[in-house]
Amino acid sequence: MSTTIVNLPDQSTARVPKTNFLSKENGLLSWLLTGDHKRIAMLYLISITVFFFIGGALAGLIRLELLTPQSDLMATDTYNKVFSMHGLIMVFFFLVPSVPATLGNFLIPIMIGAKDLALPKINLLSWYLYIAGGTLMLYTMITGGVDTGWTFTTPLSTHYLNTNVLGAATAAFIAGFSSVFTGLNFIVTIHKMRAPGMTWFRLPLFVWSHYAASILMVLATPVLAITLVLVGVERGLGIGVFDPAKGGDPILFQHLFWFYSHPAVYIMILPGMGVISEVVSTFARKRVFGYTAVAFSSVAIAVFGFFVWEHHMFIMGVSNYSTLVFSLLTMLVAVPSAIKIFNWTFTLYKGSLTFETPMLYAFGFMGLFTIGGLTGVFLGSTGTDIHLTETYFIVAHFHFVMVGGMLMAFLSGVHFWWPKMTGRMYPEKISQLAALVTFIGFNFTFFPQFILGTLGMPRRYAAYPPEFQILNVFSTAGATILGVGYVLPLLYLTWSLRYGEVAGNNPWQATGLEWQIQSPPLTENFVQIPVMDHDAYDYEWLERQKEKEVTTSVG
Amino acid sequence: MSDSTAIVNGQAADAHEHPHPPYQRHHFENMGQQVDATNFAMWLFLLTEIMFFGGLFTAYLIYRNWYYPAFVVGSHQLSILWGTLNTGVLITSSLTMAMGVWCAETRRKGGLVWCLVLTFLLGLVFLGIKTIEYSEKIEKHHVPGFHYSVQSFVDPQSDPEVYKAYHDKPLRLDMARHTEVYFSLYFAMTGMHALHMIIGISILGFMIFRARAGAYTTGHITFVENFGLYWHFVDIIWIFLFPLLYLISRHG
Repeated sequence: MSTTIVNLPDQSTARVPKTNFLSKENGLLSWLLTGDHKRIAMLYLISITVFFFIGGALAGLIRLELLTPQSDLMATDTYNKVFSMHGLIMVFFFLVPSVPATLGNFLIPIMIGAKDLALPKINLLSWYLYIAGGTLMLYTMITGGVDTGWTFTTPLSTHYLNTNVLGAATAAFIAGFSSVFTGLNFIVTIHKMRAPGMTWFRLPLFVWSHYAASILMVLATPVLAITLVLVGVERGLGIGVFDPAKGGDPILFQHLFWFYSHPAVYIMILPGMGVISEVVSTFARKRVFGYTAVAFSSVAIAVFGFFVWEHHMFIMGVSNYSTLVFSLLTMLVAVPSAIKIFNWTFTLYKGSLTFETPMLYAFGFMGLFTIGGLTGVFLGSTGTDIHLTETYFIVAHFHFVMVGGMLMAFLSGVHFWWPKMTGRMYPEKISQLAALVTFIGFNFTFFPQFILGTLGMPRRYAAYPPEFQILNVFSTAGATILGVGYVLPLLYLTWSLRYGEVAGNNPWQATGLEWQIQSPPLTENFVQIPVMDHDAYDYEWLERQKEKEVTTSVG
Repeated sequence: MSDSTAIVNGQAADAHEHPHPPYQRHHFENMGQQVDATNFAMWLFLLTEIMFFGGLFTAYLIYRNWYYPAFVVGSHQLSILWGTLNTGVLITSSLTMAMGVWCAETRRKGGLVWCLVLTFLLGLVFLGIKTIEYSEKIEKHHVPGFHYSVQSFVDPQSDPEVYKAYHDKPLRLDMARHTEVYFSLYFAMTGMHALHMIIGISILGFMIFRARAGAYTTGHITFVENFGLYWHFVDIIWIFLFPLLYLISRHG
């Protein structure tokens, strides 16, 4: 039994193809005015990495402040600004666009056998909106910041804070449009641009999960947009939709905000689940177990995702009866999520597993997402929620899902498709180490926070009682390890752009259409539009293809 | 290569070598796919717009339920005459827009330009009437956040014009103050609608120039068609705003 499936061309003769989407045109303008989905994906990859490290640096500051019980590294209001900006940047400028705008942009047209997304100009526009929003957010940060938390909670944001709420809200508003246009583009592309023979049930699960996430982007984000407009107008002009002094209701703000922001959680996680489906199948050499169930579970998560928002508001004075209903609905989301985890596990069962880096990250995802998901059930149950909400338990919960889940999936995907995007392999050993370091660092950072939460340490404070210090020291130490785990890929992936081994078309011997074309792909992706005559993850088809190639070259 | 070469050679050109119409984007297989995809995208965009206004309608629904008396007297402050007139103006502009799409389909360049100009002007008339209505609100201190006054609602006789028409009973101060929520929603909803009108009118201005250059009478009318959808959508939003804000209490 082999320990690796990596199949690289002979390095002494192999070259990265001269003509590809990266080399087609040169110069800054050819990038800034491009309509090519692959180039836009690369632009996104670079900009998202920048924002990730800014958000990460802010996280580092938070952990450093929490090393000691007193507020000594920074003033308490500075601390408020730091965690607010950490949340805003990570949510709107990293997590929401992370996988869809980079990997999704790059891969969806190729996976369905199209030359580009349906609306290339809109795609470029959404990158510019992202950059505009991001720049405004950074400008807000350096000109005084904002201390509402990422939730813009009224009346705090509309009446009581004198920080730059308008700037941050406008930035999030603009970024929201970027996300709407990405989702819209994906839906249109998946509906209208599929190659002949590419039926819905032959689509890779990556495409299904992006489809589900896109529905959420298109339907939920506009509600955030109007909510932010109302917050802005209320703050700037003093109208009274959320102002209790005028008869407005701040709880209405909460409803509207979470109507977006709960589905947003699934916007963040669903594309990551798509990555895991591809990676698990490839490194287990098996069709994803229960393809249809996994495909529909994505859609189910999207649909259920719209009917659970009130679980963010259980302690905010909503009616007990609605709490009951929303608690039950929240439990329902566990079903499709569990379907995915179980089906990936069954895919592993009796598979020929190999443990390349993407697979290690995928294992990290499955374990950490499961913990994150199960603790979500604690919080969905009203009884425990009253005890745990607004404590570090919540912080740990969503970091397990978002960082342990989504970030692991993002890194898994970036490693998995790196050879396709750049034509070169990343160095295997050190990246396996990075995956391990990330996993260890992550658990060190966030597991203690579950304990802190159950002990009652509230979130969002710069200071805490001294008896919590030991666990906070653990957490900060873990964050340091985690930081190393994130810097490593940045270094070796950059290194590999020049010095990595030439990957060839299909280093993983995977079945997706993207692996049947050259790496990096041509600008038009396919020389000829493919005709799909087999199901997704059909490894026997791949074997037959290889035999054919051998016969042709001999004959 | 051109058609003539294919004819000279006496061969049917390969499907791939047929020259595409200039407006076909390279990544589409054929025009049918392009038109299909673009129209679908437009409908999806309108769906996002429904969700956008949906937030406002939700807020309206809740507050109207809570503060019904305030909403009734608030709506008495709106001029039903201006509102009806504006509804007429907007529906007419939808008609001229629809005629414009028809002109584009049937390649009538002059007709298209005229229709677009008419739509453009009617859009401006709508905004003009809206400005008159807004300025009335400013005069009466009914703009939330700017020296808002509940005078007309705690003492209706101080506002003889409205009092003569409706004979509103004075509201208790706490309910009277909730009229500010009504006017907040009035300005938020009509303001967002007006913003969409302004965007639409700007695009129309651009389209008039393009139409004069003959850009939409080549048989490729996706842009005009989709802009038409947008314009009708903005119209439909108004069709909901008008009864909710103006007519809400006029059943007797």
